[in-house]
Amino acid sequence: MDTRLQARLALEDLNARYVDCLDQGRFEGWPDFFTEDAVYKIISAENHEQGLPLGVIDCRGRAMMRDRITALRDANIFEDHRYRHIVSTPLVRRAADDEVWAETNYQVTRIMRDGSAMLFSLGRYLDRLTGAGEDMRFAERLVVFDNKRIDTLLVIPL
Amino acid sequence: MPTDGSNESGAVRWPRADNTRVPYHIFDDGEVHAREQARVFQGPCWQFVCLAQEVAGPGEWKNTFVGETPVVVVRDETGGLNAFENRCVHKGALVCLADRGRAEHFTCVYHNWTYDLAGRLKSVAFRRGVKGIGGMEDSFRLEDHRLRPLRVRELCGLVFATFDDDAGELEDYIGPEITARLRRVLNRPTRILGYHSQYLANNWKLYIENVKDTYHAGLLHLFFATFKLNRLASEGGVVVSECGGNHASYSRRRTIHADAEYDSSTLRAARDDYALADPRLLDSVDEFGDGINVQILTIFPNFVLQQVENSIAVRQVLPKGTEETELLWTVLGYEDDDEDMTEMRLRQANLIGPAGYVSLEDGAVGGFVQRGVKGAGDAASVIEMGGAGDASQESRVTEASVRGFWRAWRRMMGD
Repeated sequence: MDTRLQARLALEDLNARYVDCLDQGRFEGWPDFFTEDAVYKIISAENHEQGLPLGVIDCRGRAMMRDRITALRDANIFEDHRYRHIVSTPLVRRAADDEVWAETNYQVTRIMRDGSAMLFSLGRYLDRLTGAGEDMRFAERLVVFDNKRIDTLLVIPL
Repeated sequence: MPTDGSNESGAVRWPRADNTRVPYHIFDDGEVHAREQARVFQGPCWQFVCLAQEVAGPGEWKNTFVGETPVVVVRDETGGLNAFENRCVHKGALVCLADRGRAEHFTCVYHNWTYDLAGRLKSVAFRRGVKGIGGMEDSFRLEDHRLRPLRVRELCGLVFATFDDDAGELEDYIGPEITARLRRVLNRPTRILGYHSQYLANNWKLYIENVKDTYHAGLLHLFFATFKLNRLASEGGVVVSECGGNHASYSRRRTIHADAEYDSSTLRAARDDYALADPRLLDSVDEFGDGINVQILTIFPNFVLQQVENSIAVRQVLPKGTEETELLWTVLGYEDDDEDMTEMRLRQANLIGPAGYVSLEDGAVGGFVQRGVKGAGDAASVIEMGGAGDASQESRVTEASVRGFWRAWRRMMGD
């Protein structure tokens, strides 16, 4: 199997486990999909395309991701809700032995406690990955969302 | 239909002469909303429309709103700033469709009517008809028509506009104390780090009340307390302008990582086991040299300037119908920031915005009120923290600036 195909299969599996973790509310497991010093950033396509660095969430390293989850659990106040992610087949841009660059489209529906559901976020994951097979991790996951406007608040990672 | 039984459409029946009771229908009454658009947003107040640096060069323009009215701000050939309604005088179509751009003139796509950078009508397609047939009557004069202009002023790199000649001068409108606190933060050229847009399921005034309400900050936003990062009673206060509508609240924190001190403090014991896994989030510097680590400033009706540690932003609060609001954040650094300082500001940006540790609750709490006041009839809120007046106070356990907002709003509405 060629490197690109291997990378695609590994990332498909990683993405599936990643969205399962978030959509089932097992947030404590979310930082484990990243390397220790990974970057996780949610940024609007508007900022991204203008070269503006501001993110909605901007975590440098797994410790900051863990802080996000602790705050979500114990500090921040918001109405109960959950996500349902739909992700596309990843497009592997480049696959080297030790690093993979890939993009995956996503849509997230947010479901509120009263049953109302809305298309909350859609865009692309721009990923840099290390490790192969089941050991693949995000060294960088840039969540570039197209729908500029965030409804109410964002507290669960995308 | 007015729910308050008054005669005038959209009038509000205030339970008291003072501003300690605000009737809830004020947040979901369509007629109040329509009257407010005319009397407040098109009335004698200066409203933030953009940063001067967003329209820096000749012909650069930006689309924005004054209330719900679409407005374009443009830099003309001489370096002056113009603003006008984004509405073609012919059939009312939007003239500018993009968010921003650069133009030598503006042309409406519908029938090709063209305007100069001051919004004056310069040409009408087929004005003379074809081969002398059709076209406008000879009595039609281009100079009788222009995009409805606004007055424009710039202060500290912020651009404000008003539809009303009675708004006076901008600095008088803001008042000396609040102007000084605006200058304190916007004391040198800024650099835009990016934008947030947040959509709130509540009337715009509920967001403004929230921003002015210093009482809620330590109660709703548990982040600082949870992570043992803020003093329960830090020094601070609220400054309210003479007109009531503008305010600045501030607090001082002596130290940032004084863990030993906090351990013996009276912070809620249940949270003693928490600490940030990565405390770099709260690395900060006293860049204004006065020890004030948080300053929130508003200018009536809908402008906010925020300094939370070294996170600087302006917020434009835009009504979108009676029960929705768009909150536009422009997050800033300064031109003289080095790379480390920019990184610090970007880390601290996690505190603010739609996912901000100390601001995300504000996106939701207005909606809780909006839903809570359904069917409230003539019921009213109780706003008595710190008394009944709106004078400046050396305490943040007060709702003085909220009452000040309502005083300014009532005056402008003629209530």
